[in-house]
Amino acid sequence: MLDDFMVRAALAGIGVAFAAAPLGCFVVWRRMAYFGDATAHAAILGVALSLAFSMSIFVGSMAVALLMALVVSVLSGRGYAMDTLLGVLAHSALAFGLVAVSFISGVRIDLMAYLFGDILAVSRGDLSVIWGGAAVVVALIGWRWSALLTATLNEDLAYASGINPKREQLVLTIALAITVAVAIKVVGVLLIAAMLIIPAAAARPLSRTPEGMAVAAGLIGMLSATIGLRAAYVFDTPAGPSIVCVAAITFLATSILRGFRHQR
Amino acid sequence: MSLVQVEDLSVRYGARTVLSRVSLRVEPGEIVTIVGPNGSGKTSLLRAIIGAVKPLKGRVVQGSGVKIGYVPQKLHIDETLPITVSRFLKLLGGVAVADIDHALAQAGVPDLAAAQLSQLSGGQFQRVLLARALIGKPDLLLLDEATQGLDQRGSASFYQQIETVRQNTGCAVLMISHELHVVMSASDRVICLNGHVCCEGTPAVVASAPEYRALFGPGTGGALALYRHEHDHHHDHGDHNHDHTEAAE
Repeated sequence: MLDDFMVRAALAGIGVAFAAAPLGCFVVWRRMAYFGDATAHAAILGVALSLAFSMSIFVGSMAVALLMALVVSVLSGRGYAMDTLLGVLAHSALAFGLVAVSFISGVRIDLMAYLFGDILAVSRGDLSVIWGGAAVVVALIGWRWSALLTATLNEDLAYASGINPKREQLVLTIALAITVAVAIKVVGVLLIAAMLIIPAAAARPLSRTPEGMAVAAGLIGMLSATIGLRAAYVFDTPAGPSIVCVAAITFLATSILRGFRHQR
Repeated sequence: MSLVQVEDLSVRYGARTVLSRVSLRVEPGEIVTIVGPNGSGKTSLLRAIIGAVKPLKGRVVQGSGVKIGYVPQKLHIDETLPITVSRFLKLLGGVAVADIDHALAQAGVPDLAAAQLSQLSGGQFQRVLLARALIGKPDLLLLDEATQGLDQRGSASFYQQIETVRQNTGCAVLMISHELHVVMSASDRVICLNGHVCCEGTPAVVASAPEYRALFGPGTGGALALYRHEHDHHHDHGDHNHDHTEAAE
């Protein structure tokens, strides 16, 4: 079964959607969308470094993504507005990454594969990395779920309950770096944030509890991955962007649904 | 033994000292109110007690086995986060449905368990936060300007609820408030804070203290007397006092 590249691609997409769902909910609730973007864009620098030093791309991109996320966490609240800071860091990381890739001689790199993903080329090894990473992310968030939610609602409420919101922020940061690293192959660095935010946003009108929203986001993400892949196959379109398009259409549909519900 | 004891506490943010050498203690069952102008360090003091700020000097000692319930300032729930009242209360962990119903009833909002947090009115929300603080059966309730954003009737009724809770559970209350005329009458003890403890004592003592009058003006003393005699209905307060209340917000 795993011999079929389409099956491997679908499993890869589902794995990313699985990790992105609970994390994406927190990204939406905590208004970290741009933070996700910055972390993802930094990963291209990680790709360049991995190629230069012949390291695993997974490890390299995860390390740089984590470093980026930590730098943002440390710098936030030190004189710059958060969106300015993230705008500077996200785009400079992307630019430096692209420049660094061009320095690597001898290796012919298909840059598009890292910017937009290359889900149809997912190998068995990639699959185990993706599913392993996704399992770690979901386990991490599941373990800290109540503490993360409390810290998201109010920092002082968290302190009063004996929860350190800074530690919970670090948990999310680590989860984000892992997710970025496993999602590069599937949707590429430019569209990772979309896989985090769009399924979660689409799930919002359907949910009454945080857990419900995470599950709904997971289902929407997995559905988008399978339908998007199918569409890419039928219409001969790029796979990663097609997945994101399906997620976006789902978002539109649930938003309209909410509009109707509010009218009644 | 005191429930909580603050000893010689100093707190600094960067180069700015917000609290210097503050000492206070709260005894079982009493209602203590902290008043003070904006930027006087009231919230920092409460945050130091719950452990959210590290003191520069001094310390906060909690009596052994003392449980603290904390009610924050009105907190903003993002529209994107769907959460029901009962799920919110269960976040504490190990909470039974009966505990939730009991706490909501104690806080005066017995029917809200299934409501969405983001749909509540200001007064309902504060009562839900109060219910959350009550679930752990606290010996001490900490309230940080719990009535911010409520109208006068709403906040008066919220403070009445606090008084009822105190009567029913015997817990002590340490609260911050801007609404001098309301809280002064409901407190056993008032601490007037302005970076340091200016004066403290019973409401009557504090209201007549020169330090307090220097901060809030003489009109508040009149409002206190007025309020003491007329607990249950509203009056037009003297302009002077009203100005001060508004200016403080």
